[in-house]
Amino acid sequence: LILSLLHIAIISPFLLSIFIPILYKFIRKIHTGWFVLPLPILLFSFFLTFISRTKHNERIVNSFEWIPSLNIDFTVKVDSLGLLFALLITGIGSLVVFYSIYYLSSDKEKLNTFYVYLLLFMGAMLGVVLSENLIVLYMFWEFTSFSSFLLIGFWYTREKSRYGAQKSMLITVLGGLSLLGGIILLYIMTGTFNISEIAQQTSNIYHDPLFIPALVLVLLGAFTKSAQFPFHIWLPDAMEAPTPVSAYLHSATMVKAGIYLVARMSPIFAESALWLWLVGGIGLITLFWGSFSAVKQTDLKAILAFSTVSQLGLIMSLLGIGSAALHFDSIGDGVFTVATAAAIFHLINHATFKGSLFMVVGIIDHETGTRDIRRLGGLMNIMPITFTLAIIGAFSMAGLPPFNGFLSKEMFFTGMVQIVDFKLFHLNTWGILFPIIAWVASVFTFIYSMIIVFKTFTGKFQPEKLKKKPHEAPFGMLVPPIILVSLVVIFGIFPNILSHSIIEPTMASIFPSLIKEKEYFAVHITFWHGPTIELFMTIGVVVFGIILFKTLPRWKKLYHLLPDKLTLNKLYDSLLERSEKGALRITKGYMNGFIRTYLLYIFFFFIFILGFTLYKKEAFKMETSNVAPIGIYELILALIIVIGSVTILFAKSRLTSIILLGAVGYTVALLFVVFRAPDLALTQLVIETVSVALFLLCFYHLPKLKRNEEHVGFKAANLLISLGVGVTVTLIALSSHSNKLFPSIAQYYIENTYKKAGGENMVNVILVDFRGFDTMFEICVLAIAALGIFSMIKLRLTRRKEG
Amino acid sequence: MKTNDLILQTVTKIVLFVVILFSIHLFFAGHYYPGGGFVGGLMTSGAIVLLLLAFDLKTVQNILPIDYKYLIGIGLLFAVGTGTGALFFDAPFLTHAFDYVYFPFLGKTALHTAVLFDTGVFLVVVGVTMTIIQTIGEDE
Repeated sequence: LILSLLHIAIISPFLLSIFIPILYKFIRKIHTGWFVLPLPILLFSFFLTFISRTKHNERIVNSFEWIPSLNIDFTVKVDSLGLLFALLITGIGSLVVFYSIYYLSSDKEKLNTFYVYLLLFMGAMLGVVLSENLIVLYMFWEFTSFSSFLLIGFWYTREKSRYGAQKSMLITVLGGLSLLGGIILLYIMTGTFNISEIAQQTSNIYHDPLFIPALVLVLLGAFTKSAQFPFHIWLPDAMEAPTPVSAYLHSATMVKAGIYLVARMSPIFAESALWLWLVGGIGLITLFWGSFSAVKQTDLKAILAFSTVSQLGLIMSLLGIGSAALHFDSIGDGVFTVATAAAIFHLINHATFKGSLFMVVGIIDHETGTRDIRRLGGLMNIMPITFTLAIIGAFSMAGLPPFNGFLSKEMFFTGMVQIVDFKLFHLNTWGILFPIIAWVASVFTFIYSMIIVFKTFTGKFQPEKLKKKPHEAPFGMLVPPIILVSLVVIFGIFPNILSHSIIEPTMASIFPSLIKEKEYFAVHITFWHGPTIELFMTIGVVVFGIILFKTLPRWKKLYHLLPDKLTLNKLYDSLLERSEKGALRITKGYMNGFIRTYLLYIFFFFIFILGFTLYKKEAFKMETSNVAPIGIYELILALIIVIGSVTILFAKSRLTSIILLGAVGYTVALLFVVFRAPDLALTQLVIETVSVALFLLCFYHLPKLKRNEEHVGFKAANLLISLGVGVTVTLIALSSHSNKLFPSIAQYYIENTYKKAGGENMVNVILVDFRGFDTMFEICVLAIAALGIFSMIKLRLTRRKEG
Repeated sequence: MKTNDLILQTVTKIVLFVVILFSIHLFFAGHYYPGGGFVGGLMTSGAIVLLLLAFDLKTVQNILPIDYKYLIGIGLLFAVGTGTGALFFDAPFLTHAFDYVYFPFLGKTALHTAVLFDTGVFLVVVGVTMTIIQTIGEDE
């Protein structure tokens, strides 16, 4: 077939999602999750086989022409960057599906919809990270927003779930649209949607006036998706989703799509100073604000949400700073590239420790019935395994040895310290802010990591405040976090299993211009660098962190300094409320509920736009040389039509109007007969019959006709408009007959109807074959109309009963 | 509005089949003579409407226990399915194929995939008109 195995890998979650409702309906005894689980595992192993090839900076490209006329191809490209994400998506995906089997009970929850949404997400996310064509990428990108919306609103009966779902949708779709704008600007500049082809033209488009707008728009897309300041406000509200979803979408994969985009677009934009400052700066602000806000939260999931915001900022800032490396000719001694290496390494680490922490919080919530740290405490003895998992995850997040978080945090400090030495873009003066903010944020990161562990597991046990009697989680819920935590330890002790297989080739896909043929980035991660500045920074973080954690109650008042009215959430709420009210006011201004008013608008616009075009283009022309003689039949029929139409105006009852209208319709059908168009005549006749019956049905429900209630001005306006419509249509009809600007396409159909379509009735062949697409969409429109009428009438009845 | 219109009812019982047969003829003739799925579908709905006029809604529902909403779905599946079928033969979406086959008794007969597509149109048209008329008619 035309599709490659890679295409099928992307599409397979969508395909499986079709069967989930059926499986759920007929096999209720087995938890639906078991049917889903094999797919991500299979995909994970499939993608693992690519490592041996991408390791040597190889790219596997498979293309499938989708809409060639618009330059849109479904091209799948596997390079190390895409592969890293694909492995995250399928790997964490497998664990999350496994976890969810124990988390969501099969008799209470709607598992069918849950797994359909989850699979939609998985496929969409794979599409984002493996697409080479920007339009295809954008399509999958919106699909992830969409499935995230559905998953956040999974418990849609809760007010907060709906609020969170709407918020995330509005913000990420805003970003999605600006990304589309950026993609179109890139297309205007380069004439291609293909990412690597655009990257090859970077030097040409660098001075284009559209370059900066494109950069800003693309970054807006990335920042909203990755919850960067000030768009981060949707992520904490997204925590209303079931915990497996939070672990999967809102920590490990979807929110990293923005980071993926920044990494992917680096070859195109990263040489500009604006890129470095925006990505690095916004990332750093997010890092600080996220960690600062996390400390004041009391809900465990809210802490994790803000911590995710902050960690995403960390990775983002590293990617921004890493672009400084592009201003050197060779990778030489690896200055500045360490930031990019740290970004990739931390991306992996974050997925492992944050994923496990989310699962731990899910276990606590599941077993105690609450996530509020004011009610929790002393769970250490009751849930020893969970406690161990939490300690490893949180210590890794805090950046303590010997876990993987320590290593990437050291590299992060190295990157931040090095950037001060960079001589371009004023970094040698303002750049000193980078390491300072990074250090302060790390202190707060340390504090909230400690809060997660010690406020939950140590202190006084308060069973009276819990809804359930807590005990250790079932084995199945513990397996996924155990696997993740083992990775935290393994990557911490043997970091170099990642550096050669994934980190180095991924750097090569982020900065393809820096390496020449047969050249590789060299990353070697070690524990001990000697007494460097980074080491002292880490020691400082630990010391200050412990002091501040111990004195937390004393300085917590600091958080009340910022008045509630000024927060970003309030701003969002009031914006939403105002736009809703404003839209309502405008709509009420012109939608008065009378169809005649709407017809007035429509026809006025009709006359205006067509009449204006006719006048402006001087298109009116009347040619009488090529006119057929008017026969007696045509004359009579035309006369009947005129008489019928005029009589309708004076009809006293609706019934008369309908019958007269029907008469006009039948006469038109006869006119078609005279002009030898049997198909049209036939259709017109039947339609007239059916629609008269329909009108009779509808009018039966309407109140008695009342007349003479309109004032003269209204009638005069109606007269003017109807005259205008008549005149415009007549003028256009005359001109279209007189202006023969191009030869008629009728000849084509006459020649090809039998030859190509094997039919003799041209009208029908055009309908089903030559222009089959039109017909297909027409019947779709018909179907929508019928279902619309059905739902309006039926739903109105049920609603009336409720009210 | 319960009436006992004997003449209309008697005529309907006979005419109905003529109309439906004619609509089927129109449908199959489509590719060579005037007709096709759209007209055929409308004609069939016309026949059912006639039935509705002669008898009341409940009686018709007893005679033809069809949920017309499903008919719309089946019709759309036919149309889209025919289009998608072309993809399996490595041809663009909605490419039709036809051939001439010799059948006993019938002689040389043309077989078209376009007919399948037209079946979709037919079903959708019947489904749509009847759904609309039925919902409005049922509404009190």
